[in-house]
Amino acid sequence: MIEHVPALLVVVPIVGGAVPLIASLVSDRAGWPVAAATLAVHAALAVWLAATVVTDGTVTYVLGGFVAPYGIELVVDGLSAAVVLLVSLVALGLLAYARRAGPHANTFYSQYLLLVTGLSGMTVTGDAFNLYVFLEITGLAAYGLVASGREASAAVAALKYLIIGTVGASLYLLGVGYALAATGTLNMADLADKLAAVGYDSTLVVTAFALMIGGLVVKVALFPLHTWQPDAYDNAPDTVSALISALVSTVSAYALARVMFSVFTVDFLTAVPAARWALVGLASVSIVAGSVLAISQDSVQRMLAYSSVSQFGLVVAGFAIATPTAVVGATVHLLGHAVMKGGLFAATGIIERDTGASAVNGYAGMAERSSIGAGGFAVLALAMVGVPPAVGFVGKWYIVVGAVEAGLWPVVVVLLASTLLTLAYFSRLVERLYFAEPTITEEEPAVADGGSAVSPGMLAVVVVAAVLAVALTAAVPTLEQTLIDTLPPLLNP
Amino acid sequence: MIDPLQLDLLATHYNYYAVVLLLGIGLYMLVESPNLVKKVIGMNIFQTGIFLFFITLAYRAGANPPVVEEGAGPYVSPLPHVLILTAIVVGVSLTAVALALIIRIYSEYGTLDEDTLKQLYYD
Repeated sequence: MIEHVPALLVVVPIVGGAVPLIASLVSDRAGWPVAAATLAVHAALAVWLAATVVTDGTVTYVLGGFVAPYGIELVVDGLSAAVVLLVSLVALGLLAYARRAGPHANTFYSQYLLLVTGLSGMTVTGDAFNLYVFLEITGLAAYGLVASGREASAAVAALKYLIIGTVGASLYLLGVGYALAATGTLNMADLADKLAAVGYDSTLVVTAFALMIGGLVVKVALFPLHTWQPDAYDNAPDTVSALISALVSTVSAYALARVMFSVFTVDFLTAVPAARWALVGLASVSIVAGSVLAISQDSVQRMLAYSSVSQFGLVVAGFAIATPTAVVGATVHLLGHAVMKGGLFAATGIIERDTGASAVNGYAGMAERSSIGAGGFAVLALAMVGVPPAVGFVGKWYIVVGAVEAGLWPVVVVLLASTLLTLAYFSRLVERLYFAEPTITEEEPAVADGGSAVSPGMLAVVVVAAVLAVALTAAVPTLEQTLIDTLPPLLNP
Repeated sequence: MIDPLQLDLLATHYNYYAVVLLLGIGLYMLVESPNLVKKVIGMNIFQTGIFLFFITLAYRAGANPPVVEEGAGPYVSPLPHVLILTAIVVGVSLTAVALALIIRIYSEYGTLDEDTLKQLYYD
């Protein structure tokens, strides 16, 4: 049975995603229970798979009996098991938030499950073209979800996201074409062997790398290619902002690491130093520019979106440094960031419902009116800055140690400076929440996207995220061991 | 001094020129056209350029369709064709979603012009 789990992780949510549409004939409120049941099964499968990977190592699945490299293969190693577990648990957790907060239409829950399908597929696939298809499934679901808000501005943001996202995915597809022209294969493991045989300095191979990574960088939203992200996060309903900020860029960054380490391998980065410098440079610019833009924002959700640009710069820098320590750090920060950023977006939703505040100045003195929301926000913000017991600290620490090992002193300086900048934009919010005079005085707070008051489920999501942001540190040794078991073949120590 | 082989390459690989031209036209429309529907058409042209690139990869001069038959000579690679069938389906879905969003934008703001929309959007 366990050998079928990688395929079931994709099959279960896509089948479940069709059910709410059919159920619309019977009931308008069938979406949430169906999604909850489907994601509960998905989470059970993901936990089982991750436990198997930790004890027995990589699980592979041959689709339709066509053996790789001719057929499509699903591969789950330590890295993908951790990401698929994250996708499953965050999606299930945010359903508790969506119960009261989210759009309630059945079609919304269909898209929600479709997004989980795409994200799971991107994580478990071992085939470069399959990754493109799942990338587009994720994209389609994400565009629809962003547009599901009541405001028409959500549609404008979604269209912008769609156009930029499509160009990114198309560039990736073009890169797959170059890799196919060079080697005649699409299987990632097979590509790794054959690209080495073709020669890493071949123009075809270098172009394939540039296009594939360039396309994924658009999806990750690094600095000059991030413009879709603030609009999308700002205009989407709160549930969707939390879900997309936690998962979509995260899994795209995972795909970037997968292409870099499983397809092109570290030998390519060594053979073509320009590729590594370009990525490290882009990531460093992104770290600084994202933070600076975040400081200058007035809307809290836009600030969080720019903060993502900066944090993903950190993750990509960790992957591009490509020492085992830095890669472990990048993975820890990738997973930790998903929990922290998802929790922060959920907390802004609660604070807005409780008090009507959505701008930085409006947050002044709101800790009294939204105590749990503000408390969760403060804990998550400090975790994101990297205050020691939190997981945000561990990830950054490993990346910095990795950069020191690699002798990349300019990157170390950028990483440390980014921590100060992160402190700058989060501390002013925390300071205002607790120590400033309120600027909003009306008794009846404005209520956004259709929800009424804050439900216990919504508060629970923020509290759980805040606890996890600290408690996940305890899981880092297990993750590190699993990754080190998985990574030596990828990293060639 | 130009190598005669390079000249030969330039003269014969006209299908790649078509690919580059389509990619260029598509991207230009995507960036420059203020009309949202034309942007979507540009997106389609850009994707068509990529489809043509894959199909060009599969082509072999004088080869047969990929049907197994006694005594048949070389045949074209079926793999890129299959990939492109999938990619076309993806492209159609994207176009449908984009047009649905455009309908929503038009019914709300009454314009398809990006510049006008920006003014309305940031008010």
